[in-house]
Amino acid sequence: MKFVDLHLCLPIGDAERAERLIAKSAELGYSRIGVPLPPSVKEETVKPLRQISTELGLDFVTRLDLNPRSSGDLLVCLRKFRRSFEVVSVTCNSKAVARHAARDRRVDLLCFPSVEPRKRFFDRAEAQLASESSAALEVNVAQILSSIEAKSNVAFLSRLRREVAIAKSFDVPVVFSSGTSELLFLRKPQDCAALALLFDVESSFALEALSTNPTAIIERNRARQSLDYAAPGVRIVKEARKP
Amino acid sequence: MTRLVRRRYLALKIDCEGLFEARAVSDAVWGAVLRLFGEVGAGQAGLYLIRCDDKTRLAVLRCWHKALPMVRASIASITKIGNTPAAVHVLRVSGTLKALARKTTSV
Repeated sequence: MKFVDLHLCLPIGDAERAERLIAKSAELGYSRIGVPLPPSVKEETVKPLRQISTELGLDFVTRLDLNPRSSGDLLVCLRKFRRSFEVVSVTCNSKAVARHAARDRRVDLLCFPSVEPRKRFFDRAEAQLASESSAALEVNVAQILSSIEAKSNVAFLSRLRREVAIAKSFDVPVVFSSGTSELLFLRKPQDCAALALLFDVESSFALEALSTNPTAIIERNRARQSLDYAAPGVRIVKEARKP
Repeated sequence: MTRLVRRRYLALKIDCEGLFEARAVSDAVWGAVLRLFGEVGAGQAGLYLIRCDDKTRLAVLRCWHKALPMVRASIASITKIGNTPAAVHVLRVSGTLKALARKTTSV
């Protein structure tokens, strides 16, 4: 089973620390890492990170974290940046943004940063929209670890249990990722799966959330970005000769 | 003769910035189990730190096999040993210490 950490926050300006984080991910058993990059990032900034990852046997995936203030803002960002990144995640800080992100086919991951249950908007209506557009629910392990450390885990874990149960019932894929830039907050895939026990998720489901689900997102987007892609399910096999 | 309670032995790798004592590791594991699963859970885990080496940063922990998922979740939730930031990774799990030693050396 090939494991994917779709949210490894690398410090872009600090090459040494970024290298240590990538090496640690490889050591822990991941084979692909998704790295959030700023929208205006240049290729020469990404190239060394990609090279380090390749040397350590990791597949480097570019990711964009959008943090829109309104649904209009989200639309503008998606139109502008979608094609430049392999994975697009939307941080849902309001209900309007969450609903719009769940409805839009260009969004891959829905992220809810707040630990406070009232500020997390993944309910049945959101799941219904996400299931129709193939967006996935992202759960960050760093968020769980921080909440346990801060002893504010009871309400958060209860809410997370509910969200994952809703996602399951609507066939919304769930993705577990580290979501950290701290070395000591990185965990092995099997340990992340073990942590999922805290919100009543069985081990097989958790391992899927660390391998099959993120892999499917990456493969789908890479196929879309390839030159022979025409439309969903349609690929250019051969170009016709001009008469 | 089979044992009434089967045991599992876990080889742990401790990532920590400074030095640590075996007692602190044991306290961190017990603290994590107590925090997440309470006194009943901790009582059902049958935890015992068999050895802990601060040079190799390896430790061996014993628990009851039915409590293994609970213990693994607790170990993954550890972020501090004493007051030092730390992470504990499970390297291998085995039913006997002999097999664990064999599996750990092959890593």
